[in-house]
Amino acid sequence: MTTLPRFQHMIGSGIVAAVGVWVTYISYTATPSEAFLFPRLIATVFVVLALWTFAKACLGWTKVGNGITPTQVKNLAPGLIVALVYIFWAAKALGFYTATAIAFFILLSLYDPAPHGQLKSWLKRLAITAVFMAVMYGLFAKLLTVYTPREIFF
Amino acid sequence: MEFLYYFGDVFTPINFGLLLLGTIGGLILGATPGLSPTMAVALLIPFTFQLQAAQGLILLGAAYTSTVAGGAVSAILLKIPGAPANIATTLDGHTMAQKGEGAKALQLSFLASAIGGVFGVLLLIFLTPVLAQWALAFGPSHLFWLAILGVTVIGSLDSKSVVKGLLSGCIGLWLATIGFDDIMGAQRFIFHPALGGGINIIAALIGLFAIPQVITMFAKGRKGDGAEVLTVQKHPISSAFRELFRNKRALSIGTAIGSIIGLIPGVGGQIAGLVAYDQSKKFSPEREKFGTGHPEGVIAAESANNAMVGPSLVPLLTLSIPGSPTAAVLLGGLLIHGIFPGTDLFDNHPDVAWTFINSMLIGQVLMCIFGLYVAGLAAKVAQVPQSVMAAVVLGLAVFGSYSVQSSMGDVYVMASLGVMMYFLERFGFSAAPLVLGLILGPIAEANFIQGSMIANATDGLGPYFLGGTLNIFLISVVIASILYSAYMELRKRRYTSKEEILG
Repeated sequence: MTTLPRFQHMIGSGIVAAVGVWVTYISYTATPSEAFLFPRLIATVFVVLALWTFAKACLGWTKVGNGITPTQVKNLAPGLIVALVYIFWAAKALGFYTATAIAFFILLSLYDPAPHGQLKSWLKRLAITAVFMAVMYGLFAKLLTVYTPREIFF
Repeated sequence: MEFLYYFGDVFTPINFGLLLLGTIGGLILGATPGLSPTMAVALLIPFTFQLQAAQGLILLGAAYTSTVAGGAVSAILLKIPGAPANIATTLDGHTMAQKGEGAKALQLSFLASAIGGVFGVLLLIFLTPVLAQWALAFGPSHLFWLAILGVTVIGSLDSKSVVKGLLSGCIGLWLATIGFDDIMGAQRFIFHPALGGGINIIAALIGLFAIPQVITMFAKGRKGDGAEVLTVQKHPISSAFRELFRNKRALSIGTAIGSIIGLIPGVGGQIAGLVAYDQSKKFSPEREKFGTGHPEGVIAAESANNAMVGPSLVPLLTLSIPGSPTAAVLLGGLLIHGIFPGTDLFDNHPDVAWTFINSMLIGQVLMCIFGLYVAGLAAKVAQVPQSVMAAVVLGLAVFGSYSVQSSMGDVYVMASLGVMMYFLERFGFSAAPLVLGLILGPIAEANFIQGSMIANATDGLGPYFLGGTLNIFLISVVIASILYSAYMELRKRRYTSKEEILG
């Protein structure tokens, strides 16, 4: 049995149902209609299942899914924010390698169980970041010759 | 016996080198908790672009085989299964390690894995060509129903909720339609320029399997795993061989159950291991010893989870229907080289097909040999903190998805799908049917359109798609899998409710 509050289920399945309704609306109204023949088929099943799931959530009948606890939100929020800033802004703006090194070091510092007050643990994090970046550079720049965005740094 | 003709191709320096690399790397990756075989194979795909098709598949196949076996190292020494397939191994394996029999448990686990794995690959070798010829009789309507079958079977069997599993499949099928329509050239659901070329499958696979795992590690916060590696004393390998053959019953049950379960799409190694463990216990005269560090438990679980690897590829290589999420990732590895499974693979690229399958056979033996030596190192890697693993996987996911087409759009798609999947999983949706929908969507659509054209010129849509013995059989399997899963879900719920009342 799930311990997830009904409200969280309603939000989750509500978003899925909204997407289902939007996909169905586009599939039945967009032109040329021949191009949307297969999407119409999928959308019909999609919207029925999504509305069924949403109705079950509203009635409190949902049995599957553990949701997210406030502690989990508090734990994952900093990491997720760093990851999203890294992917959607820094990688392009600062250059792939610079952005990856910064993001890697910040994530390591945020989630490493070693104490933050010790110089030794900071040096260890720096060393891990350096080794990781050397491996990534060797693999992608040298072995696979992938040309990544370099932008203002590298 | 066509496979014997290509046997020597496995032993060219580059092919054998890749096989070794995939095997040793897979053992270490498999031992790392949180790195599932599917995720490991998905992260490896970008490294196969510059390789020939057979070489790329050798690397991916070796990684698949040995990540499943490598998961036993952390299951035995840390009590943390490296992959869901190794859950049953912890029951007796870790207890054996606590009693000072860690080396014996590891040896039995790798030997049983190799025997189960070799049997599974032999099944793959002998069943695949027969089914591939049978697939020649399939028309567009049958291929359409097969694609739908692939999504519904995994959607219903692999999910805790049938409705949410099928809904996940629908989301995947819809995502597959994003981009330009192949026939009319019309734009469909392109709400961001990054989606102009549709969703790149490799970027999507990396996002859907790697990013939710990264966020899950974030959600655990700064705490360490607290797992301690148990020390391993020396144990003669000859004694492990004798022990293995003393427990022939467990080995046979595990191998047979793993092979049969592997053939059923959607039922993974976790089920194979647990069912084999349970059946071995039922048939054992020493059933009371199970759970107390009994070698039979380790042998049954490990032979089963590796025996299912080969057969799980049969539907993929013959009918283009990936039977498991990892097989779906392997399909992505084939498609990037322009090779389609089924008759195309065996008629036009037999060298690729047979070199890959033969490499899996040799890979089982290498996995056994190296597993025994790499176990200690793998156990150390398994202790790498989650903070490091999360950052490493995130970096690899970003670089890997970018390297597919040197496109930032693919990185955005990877990240968006990954974050979406994390939240969907929290609400009971699953990644496997979504991935299957995404991969099988284009196959289903192409055959649906082709079938519609034939139907309009002949009997009409209804008789063409719903008539004929094979169509009726496939539709019946689709309906039966949904009804069976719904029945099992209701039964489990009723059982839980009774337990709650009693408790």
